[in-house]
Amino acid sequence: MKVGLFIPCYIDQFYPQVGVATLELLEKLGCEVGFPLNQTCCGQPMANSGFEHLAGSCSQLFIDNFSEFDYIVSPSGSCTLHVKEHVGIHPKGGIYELTEFINDVLKIDKLDARFPHKVGLHQSCHGQRGLKLSQMSELNAPGFSKPEKLLRMVDGLDLVTLDRKDECCGFGGTFCVTEEAVSVRMGIDRVRDHVKNGTEVLTGGDTSCLMHLEGIIRREKLPLKVMHIAEILNFSN
Amino acid sequence: MQHSEAADIFNKDVERTTWHDETLWWVRQKRDKVAFQIPEWESLRETASQIKNNVLSNLHDYLVSFEEQAIRNGVKVHWAADAEEHNQIVLSILRENNINSLSKSKSMLTEECHMNEFLSHNGIDVIDTDLGERIVQLRQEPPSHIVMPAIHLKKEDVSDTFHEHLNTEKGNNDPQYLTEVARHHLREKFLERKLALTGVNFAVAETGEFVVCTNEGNADMGAHLADVHIACMGFEKIIPKREHLGVFLRLLARSATGQPITTYSSHFRKPREGQQMHIVIVDNGRSTQLGRKDFRNSLKCIRCAACMNTCPVYRRSGGHSYHNAVAGPIGSILAPNLDMTKFADLPFASTLCGSCSNVCPVKIDIHDQLYKWRQVLVQSGHAPTVKKLGMKAMNFTFSHPAAYQLGGSVGRKIMKALPFLVNNGMNPWFKNREMPEPPSESFRDWYKKNRKK
Repeated sequence: MKVGLFIPCYIDQFYPQVGVATLELLEKLGCEVGFPLNQTCCGQPMANSGFEHLAGSCSQLFIDNFSEFDYIVSPSGSCTLHVKEHVGIHPKGGIYELTEFINDVLKIDKLDARFPHKVGLHQSCHGQRGLKLSQMSELNAPGFSKPEKLLRMVDGLDLVTLDRKDECCGFGGTFCVTEEAVSVRMGIDRVRDHVKNGTEVLTGGDTSCLMHLEGIIRREKLPLKVMHIAEILNFSN
Repeated sequence: MQHSEAADIFNKDVERTTWHDETLWWVRQKRDKVAFQIPEWESLRETASQIKNNVLSNLHDYLVSFEEQAIRNGVKVHWAADAEEHNQIVLSILRENNINSLSKSKSMLTEECHMNEFLSHNGIDVIDTDLGERIVQLRQEPPSHIVMPAIHLKKEDVSDTFHEHLNTEKGNNDPQYLTEVARHHLREKFLERKLALTGVNFAVAETGEFVVCTNEGNADMGAHLADVHIACMGFEKIIPKREHLGVFLRLLARSATGQPITTYSSHFRKPREGQQMHIVIVDNGRSTQLGRKDFRNSLKCIRCAACMNTCPVYRRSGGHSYHNAVAGPIGSILAPNLDMTKFADLPFASTLCGSCSNVCPVKIDIHDQLYKWRQVLVQSGHAPTVKKLGMKAMNFTFSHPAAYQLGGSVGRKIMKALPFLVNNGMNPWFKNREMPEPPSESFRDWYKKNRKK
């Protein structure tokens, strides 16, 4: 099983520890992982801004980088969704967000991780509603959650229940600057929900949402730590 | 004013924004509670969606059938190609009957056509009889929500408005007192008016009848007391059969306000003796939208506003920020069809979170259409030049690994050495958020050192 690791541009540049945790976790779970060094970005920032027609060369580069792999796995629901829907690459095994890959392909039932903290899960909309990683609160349908299932395998971890379990954080790509006021307000409201319900460590499957929420947490000087879900699933002490 | 500017102003009042968000979230929760009591909720949505797909594919036949039946029932049917023609038809009916005032129950179509302004310029006195609409009418504001037109106002605001226009006690904010005054005020209007105008929620092709849903009974009150009843409808209001009401009436009120059914679901079929009944069927851009493959199913909309109540952006920017008769996610996919220049901002007033599509009782793929409108707007020249240049530069960088790697490494070094270059007022991110702390090495650097043989 050859797994191509897709590390989105902003993780590569600003959150290398998320890439490291993802790689180590996949290796720990027995995958043969390759990271194509010439990868850049999936093209989503252009496409979501209405410039999908420009992003052809970017998509082509992505295809060239990843065509040799059976699976493409990424620690980002949003970028995974974009690659699936718009890039036009179809690896034999499929394209997966990290927690989806661990649940659906590796199908593990235990995890060697320990993280004795109160953890609040932020569901990214593209992961949840786009990739259907967990049930959506709008639907009258049985509940499930792929990221939550994995977090519950972590020793000592206490998962926090939120008032609004799947409201958008307001990052939204370029929305975070073009609609700055609403974006920030949405972020503040998400953070407050976590504070109110006792979150010590805020986690999620999308570093873009987390970057936005962390920016607010640091500005407001709140005692909340932000970590990507890969860092928690890979954590042991 | 663009959505983002209006939203910025809206958010300056932090407490009011909190109140607005919580008020609408409460409606969303009411919707969840009552919708989830029905085990077959999701299949009901699917059924409604399929009925509407059938309608959109056979609209011509259904409209012809509806017209034939309505005429047989003694109703006069008018066809309006656009807002202007719709308004002229209403005015001509008023003139023919020598009537210069009318009572109107809620009709978003007449808002879309800006009928009130048109009629008042022509000397006609229009009284909105839906309580929320009457409140915003007194304040000379447009509705901010298609189901709850005055949802942006607190009871204190209503009290001030009524004090100014209806002589209520200053500072008396008791909702029961205010409502009582409004009732008396509107009763007089109902009794005086010789012509009543209503909207249409559902028009049944097989029978020529139409159904108007209200919670206040104001459509009935107006129509039953008036000599002339005009009902105005967009042509997509058609449903094939009466039995389909069993699907749509169950979905509409649950989605809209979390009620099992609207208080009044009034069926109109034929004029009573001595009464005139008119139906105005309006296109106003709908056939253009029907011809847009990616956007045609926006015409399935039954105007429940569930997408507004769930939309995290709507809840934190208010209906007026959408500068269109229909606000929120559904308004943002309908408006560009009418005027791409004027409404180019609306499809971007969304994070594409997708909650709207999930609550939609007729399963319109709203957030996918928002994405598609962005592409259409940019390709048809509605993107600012600065943005175009920025996107081209971004695409160049991401298409050339060397440029990307160099840019990333130089960028991080600059951020580390000279943080004030990004941490300043020119950067909208930094206004209320810290920038991420740039690490000394990228993941790629780490990988090369630790994994690449």
